[in-house]
Amino acid sequence: MTWEVVIGLEIHAQLTTKTKIFSGSPIAYGAEPNTQANLLDLGMPGQLPVLNKAVIPKAIKFGLAIGAEIGRRSIFDRKNYFYPDLPKGYQTSQFSFPIVDKGGVVEIEVDGDTKKIGVTRAHLEEDAGKSLHDAFPGQTGIDLNRAGTPLLEIVSEPDMRSAKEAVAYAKKVHELVQYLGICDGNMQEGSFRVDSNVSIHKPGTPFGTRAELKNINSFKFIEQAIEIEIDRQIEILESGGKVVQETRLYDADKNETRSMREKEEANDYRYFPCPDLLPVVVTQADIDAIQAEMPELPDAKRARFVAEFELSDYDATLLASSRAMADYFEAVVALTKQPKISANWVMGELSKSLNQHDLTISESPVTAAQLAGLINRIQDNTISGKMAKQVFDAMWSGEGDADTVIAEKGLKQITDVGAIEAMIDQVLADNAKQVEAYRNGQEKMFGFFVGQVMKASKGQANPAQVNQLLKQKLQ
Amino acid sequence: MHTLSVKEMSEKLQKREITSVDLTQHYLNRISQYDPALNAYVTVTPELALEMAKQADALLDAGKGHALTGIPIAHKDIFCSLGVKTTCGSKMLDNFISPYDAKVVEATRELAMPILGKTNMDEFAMGSSSESSYYGATLNPWDHQAVPGGSSGGAAAVIAAGLAPLATGSDTGGSIRQPASFCGITGIKPTYGTVSRYGMIAYASSFDQGGAMTRSAEEAAWLLQVMAGFDERDSTCLEQEVPDYSQQLGQSVKGLRIGVPAEYFESGLDASVEKVVRDALAAYEALGAELIPVSLPNKDLAVPAYYVLAPAEASSNLSRFDGVRYGYRCENPHDLEDLYHRSRSEGFGAEVKRRIMVGAYVLSAGYYDAYYLKAQKLRRMVRDDFTKAFESCDVIMGPVAPTPAFNIGEKSDDPVSMYLADLYTIPVNLAGLPAMSVPAGFAEGRPVGLHLIGPYHSEAALLNIAHQYQQVTDWHCQMPATYE
Amino acid sequence: MSLEKNQVDAIAQLAGLSVDATESEQLTEKLSNVLGIFQQMQAIDTDGIEPMAHPLDQVQRLREDRVTETNHREAYQSIAPAAENGLYLVPQVID
Ligand SMILES: [Mg+2]
Ligand SMILES: [Zn+2]
Repeated sequence: MTWEVVIGLEIHAQLTTKTKIFSGSPIAYGAEPNTQANLLDLGMPGQLPVLNKAVIPKAIKFGLAIGAEIGRRSIFDRKNYFYPDLPKGYQTSQFSFPIVDKGGVVEIEVDGDTKKIGVTRAHLEEDAGKSLHDAFPGQTGIDLNRAGTPLLEIVSEPDMRSAKEAVAYAKKVHELVQYLGICDGNMQEGSFRVDSNVSIHKPGTPFGTRAELKNINSFKFIEQAIEIEIDRQIEILESGGKVVQETRLYDADKNETRSMREKEEANDYRYFPCPDLLPVVVTQADIDAIQAEMPELPDAKRARFVAEFELSDYDATLLASSRAMADYFEAVVALTKQPKISANWVMGELSKSLNQHDLTISESPVTAAQLAGLINRIQDNTISGKMAKQVFDAMWSGEGDADTVIAEKGLKQITDVGAIEAMIDQVLADNAKQVEAYRNGQEKMFGFFVGQVMKASKGQANPAQVNQLLKQKLQ
Repeated sequence: MHTLSVKEMSEKLQKREITSVDLTQHYLNRISQYDPALNAYVTVTPELALEMAKQADALLDAGKGHALTGIPIAHKDIFCSLGVKTTCGSKMLDNFISPYDAKVVEATRELAMPILGKTNMDEFAMGSSSESSYYGATLNPWDHQAVPGGSSGGAAAVIAAGLAPLATGSDTGGSIRQPASFCGITGIKPTYGTVSRYGMIAYASSFDQGGAMTRSAEEAAWLLQVMAGFDERDSTCLEQEVPDYSQQLGQSVKGLRIGVPAEYFESGLDASVEKVVRDALAAYEALGAELIPVSLPNKDLAVPAYYVLAPAEASSNLSRFDGVRYGYRCENPHDLEDLYHRSRSEGFGAEVKRRIMVGAYVLSAGYYDAYYLKAQKLRRMVRDDFTKAFESCDVIMGPVAPTPAFNIGEKSDDPVSMYLADLYTIPVNLAGLPAMSVPAGFAEGRPVGLHLIGPYHSEAALLNIAHQYQQVTDWHCQMPATYE
Repeated sequence: MSLEKNQVDAIAQLAGLSVDATESEQLTEKLSNVLGIFQQMQAIDTDGIEPMAHPLDQVQRLREDRVTETNHREAYQSIAPAAENGLYLVPQVID
C-alpha cells in the first residue's frame, strides 16, 4: 500500500489597517526599526490593549465568504511564552472562542477535479516583532515595529492530500483575502504567510506525526518544500525510523528542509482569557450589515462572466483572477458593450505590456476608459486592427487617448467606396497577368491583390471593404 | 498644617491664606524628619513637588484653581509617573524612570496637586504587610513593631503619620482596606472599572482597582472624584458618569439596612477586633440603621479561588519583565535563556517568584480545568452570594481583617497564614464590588477598621454611610502621638 | 497536595525563572503548602456554573483605526538595558 499524504495549512493574513490591533501605532512596512513601537507595543508596565474597530468586520467578511459560523462572542486569550520579539511574554490571540468558527469551506480545483477543503477556524491575533541576527556580532537585534500588527490566522482541516492541493488552497485563500480587501496579499513583505503541517500515513491507519514548514514566501517554494518533506518522511519511515514533531525551515538554495527547533514538547502555552480585554460581541445586525457590503467573490464573478458576457471558462477565470483585473475589464465593457473584443484586448495587448514592464493592472498607464475608446474606434471602423496596435503603443507612452492619437498621426481608415474602388481598379489594371491566373483558378492570388490594395492605400484602406470590393471586381 | 482637614486646607488655599508652596514644604519637611525611620516613601520628589506647588499657586492666584489644586499627594509606587522612578517595590524596576503618566497621576497633575513622592508597597502589590518591598519594610506609625498592612502600606502610613494629606492606593485582594484598617485611616476601593487601570502596573488585571486613602470619608470622596472616570485607554473601564460624591454626604442613615454576614464573625476573628466592629454596628443602630443577618456561605472558597486566579494572571502579567526593553538585566548573560532566567530570578523577590510559579502551575497543561477553571466557577458562586445578600440589605458590614496589625516578621515566612489574613477582603475583589475601611477603634493599641461593602456602583452611598459615622465618632481624627 | 522537586524545576522553566538547589527545596515545600489550600475547592460541586473571567458583564469597547502614537524611540530606548542603532539587543538567538 502506498503512503497517503496529509496536509493542513495555517495561514497568517495581515489585515489592512492603519494602526495596530491593540494600539494607535502606525503600520508601515520598511520603517526605521522601533519607530513604530510605542508604549503598548513595547510591553511597558501598566499599558493596556484596546481593540481596533477595523479588524472585526474584516474577519467576519472572511468568515461569511467561506460560509463559516461567526463567533458571536469571541474571546481574546493569552498564549504565554518567552521570546525577545514577543514584548509582553505572551501573544494575544483567540483560542477557545475564535471570531470565525467552524463550518468554513474553500473549494479548490486540481487537474480538473474540484475538492472542498474545510476551514477549522480563523482567529484574530497580534503579530510578533522581528529578530535581526546579522546586525551585531554575537547579538540579536530586536525590531518591534511589526509587534501588534493585526493578523487573521486561517487554520484548515488536514484535508489536502498533495503539495498541489495545498498550493491550490493557499492560492485560493490568497485570492479571496485580496478580493475581500482585507489583506494586501504581499508575500514578499510577509503580509500573507503560509505554515504547512505535513504528515504521511498508510490509508486506514491513524495520521502520522507531522512536521511544520514555516514562513515560506512563495507558492512555488511551498510546493517544493512540501514535496521534499514528503520524500524525507517516506524515506525515514521506510527505513524503520520515526518522524519527530518539529518545525522545519525550507532552504530554497539547497532545496531541503532542516530542523528549526525540536523542543516543541516543552511548549506549554498556558492559554487563558486575557483579563485586559472583554468578550467581543457580534450581533445579527452587525453580520447583516457586513453581508450587505460583501463584494462579489471570484467564483461568482467567473460564473457571471461566462453567463453574462458569453466568455469561455478560460477567459473568465483569467479575467476574474484578481479584483483589479476584473474591475478593469468590466469598466472597459461598460463603455464598449463588446465583451469579447474587450476581453481580447485586456488579456492580450494590455496584459502583455504590463508583464513586459512588470506593472500591476492598477498601475497601468492606459486607463480602462482609454482602452475602451480605442476599441470603439476599431468597432466604428475609424481604424484598423493594425492601426489600433500603433494607437495602443502611443497611449501607453502617454500620448493621450485614442482620438487624440488618431488625429495626430492621421491614422484615419479609408472607407470611401469610390476611393477604394479606384485603387482596386488601378491594382487590377497594373497586374493583368495575375488577374488572369486568378480567374483560371489560382484563388491563392486573392491575398496578393489585397496586399497590393493595402499598399496602395498606405495601409489606410478598410481591410473588410477591400476584401468585399475585390471579390466583386474579380468575379 | 498637617492636622488640618483637606477641606480646611482647600479653603485656606482658595482664600490665599496659605500657599501651596508653604503647605508642600511643610510636608516635605515632615518627610525628611520622619520618613527615614518610617520608610513609607520609596522616592521623594521635592523639586517636582515644589515646582507643581508654584504652578498651583499661580492658578490659585488667578482664581482658576480646583478645590484640590495645591493640595499635595503621594502616589503608590504602582502608578507610572512620567520622569519619576516607578518601582512597584521591586528591584526589577529599580532603574525604571517611567516614560508616561498613569491616568490617576495625570488626573492629579492636571489639577496641579504637588506630587510629594511614591509610596512603598509590597513588591508588585503581592502581599499584606509591605514587608516584601525591595526597599525594606514600612513601619506602622501607631506602633513601629507592627506592619502597616499591605500592599498599600506606604500609602496608609503616610496618611496616618501626616506625611501627606492624600494618597492613592490600589486594591487587588484587600490592599487598600487592610492597611487602612491597620493604620487607622479611611480607604475606599471602588467598583471594578471605576478608576482607570491605565498606567497602574498590573498584578492581577481582573481584580486590580485603584482607590483613595485619606483620613476621612469626606476626603476620600474628594480624591476618588479626581481618580474615577471613563478612560478610553482601559478596555475594562466603565463608560458612565461619575456622580458627585461629596454632594451626597449629607444623607441620614436612618432606616439603612445593614447586612451582617454570620460567616464574618466565625472562629478565627480576634475577639478584640470583633468588639470594635460590634461597637461600630451599635453606633449605626443608634443613628437609626437596622442590622439584618445575611449569609455569604461561600466565603471560605474565596481565598483559594483568589490564590489560583490572581497568581495565574500575575504569572502572565509579569512575563514582560525580561531584561530586554527596560528594567533590571543581569550581568553578562551568556545566552538568551540565561538573560531571562537570571534577570527574572535576581530582579524578583521570593513572594513574587512564588506567585508567578503558582500561576504558571495552575495554567499548565493538565491542571487548567482542576484549578483555573474551577476557581473561576467559585468566583461566580462568591459573587452570587453577594447579589443574594444585597436583596435584603443596602450595605454589608464586618471586620476588614481578623486581627489588628501583626508584628513585623510574624508572618513573612509563612505565605499561607499571610494569605488567610485576607479572608474578609478577598471576596469583594472576586465580585468586583466597592468597599471601604473606616477607622472604628483600637485593639491592643493598634487601629481597627470597619469594613463596608456595597452593591455595584454604590460608592456615593458608601462614602456617605462612612461620613455619617465619622460625624459621631473621632477615630479618623486621631493621630499617633509620635507624629503629632 | 505536594509537589516533587522536578515538578518545581519544570514550573520554574515555564515561568522563566531559575532556582538553585536550596531554593528549589524551599520552594517545593512552600508551593506545596500553597497548593494545599486549593484542595478544598475540589470538593465543591460547580456543575452548571459558568466560569467568571471578569467581575462585570461588559463587552469589549472598540477603538477607531486612527493613528494616535508618534515616534519616541530615543526616549523609550534611553531606559533600555542594551540598545544600539535603534535595535534592542539580546544575546545571539540561534534558531
Ligand atoms: Mg499557529
Ligand atoms: Zn498565529
